[in-house]
Amino acid sequence: MGGKFLFDGQPVPFEEGQTILQAARAAGHYIPHLCWHPDFPPHGSCKLCIVKVGGRHVSSCALPARDGMEVESNTPEINGERRALLQMLFVEGNHFCPSCEKSGNCQLQALAYELDMSSARFAHFYPDRPVDASHPDVLLDFNRCIFCELCVRASRDVDHKGVFALTGRGIRKHLVVNAESGRLADTDFAVGDRAADICPVGVILHKRVGFALPIGERKYDEASISTVAMEKGE
Amino acid sequence: MSDSIGMPRVRVATTSLAGCFGCHMSFLDMDERLLELAKVVEFDRSPLTDIKHCGPCDIGLIEGGVCNAENVHVLREFRRNCKTLVAVGACAINGGLPAQRNHLDLGDCLQQVYVKRDGIEEGGVPDDPELPLLLDRVHPIHEVVRVDYFIPGCPPSGDAIWKFLTDLIGGRTPRLAHPLLRFD
Repeated sequence: MGGKFLFDGQPVPFEEGQTILQAARAAGHYIPHLCWHPDFPPHGSCKLCIVKVGGRHVSSCALPARDGMEVESNTPEINGERRALLQMLFVEGNHFCPSCEKSGNCQLQALAYELDMSSARFAHFYPDRPVDASHPDVLLDFNRCIFCELCVRASRDVDHKGVFALTGRGIRKHLVVNAESGRLADTDFAVGDRAADICPVGVILHKRVGFALPIGERKYDEASISTVAMEKGE
Repeated sequence: MSDSIGMPRVRVATTSLAGCFGCHMSFLDMDERLLELAKVVEFDRSPLTDIKHCGPCDIGLIEGGVCNAENVHVLREFRRNCKTLVAVGACAINGGLPAQRNHLDLGDCLQQVYVKRDGIEEGGVPDDPELPLLLDRVHPIHEVVRVDYFIPGCPPSGDAIWKFLTDLIGGRTPRLAHPLLRFD
């Protein structure tokens, strides 16, 4: 049984089983997200998609829509909280956009633009995270990992290889490669895998194609991520 | 921008700390708009004037992060003297390229560059008292002083700097929206 809910004051129809985020997108309303992907079940870890329902914060990617809900999303309060989450992600890793191949095509960067983030505000951690260049076709730059687990899920559920995992807890959480040596070259990871193209940031990079697109022609150079996401369904 | 003959001009100081002067070059990329700006602005300490110390100013533009003791002194001098302090460019905002050394040991870095590098016969880490002491880490300027505004970019475009300055001098809240807001 479907119904209607109010999204920022506007009626949005939904079908039974749809989440708030799915129904809102179907009705043309963008909700920021990083760990959510249309091809995968909700993960609910990045919290960028938080909305307020009846005064409570919920993850809109995971909460099923209900008839008569009143959902707040694009408000200064919630966008401010989303910006703070982004700022924490930026200081927790090493995100140096000018030297990153993913710049211009990166969802983290594009969301920072979308949410008017002009500085990272907090003190930077500058963690030491060595890169893994062992694989012939793919480079892993762990400095940029935001722990969305999209590569973990894609490799496990689509490629059926289980190449990636998160290990450690809290501030020591990090992405690891499932090989005794810990090196990507010692797994059966291949450049054609779903996991090779799923990273929303610049961790999993194809070799020999860096900076192929000039500035101005990249995904988020002209159009904002909200526009791109709604037009291309990403 | 209107001509403001008779009006006191806005005093602006600029400096580059651990930066490459790319942001200053971008400032010059405002091209003929510099003439417009010159009608309402006068420069205090800046590479453009070669004034060595900053006096009381309205706006301070800081390029680059904080990598040594001199950077700290200059930054504090700017903060003391400038009503509005602005971090300009990636290095001032997050350390940028110089901060790529932050996960390395500073002593090892200096040894590698000045002593152990191939082709060096009688190497030695420079220790002239004139040289400012390096900090163990490169810091964004907001970790050292309070910063009022940030203009991201590597460098920010001349258009972005123009938009920001005309907003600020015109009494509007400066806001850089996409696509002027850029991190690369």
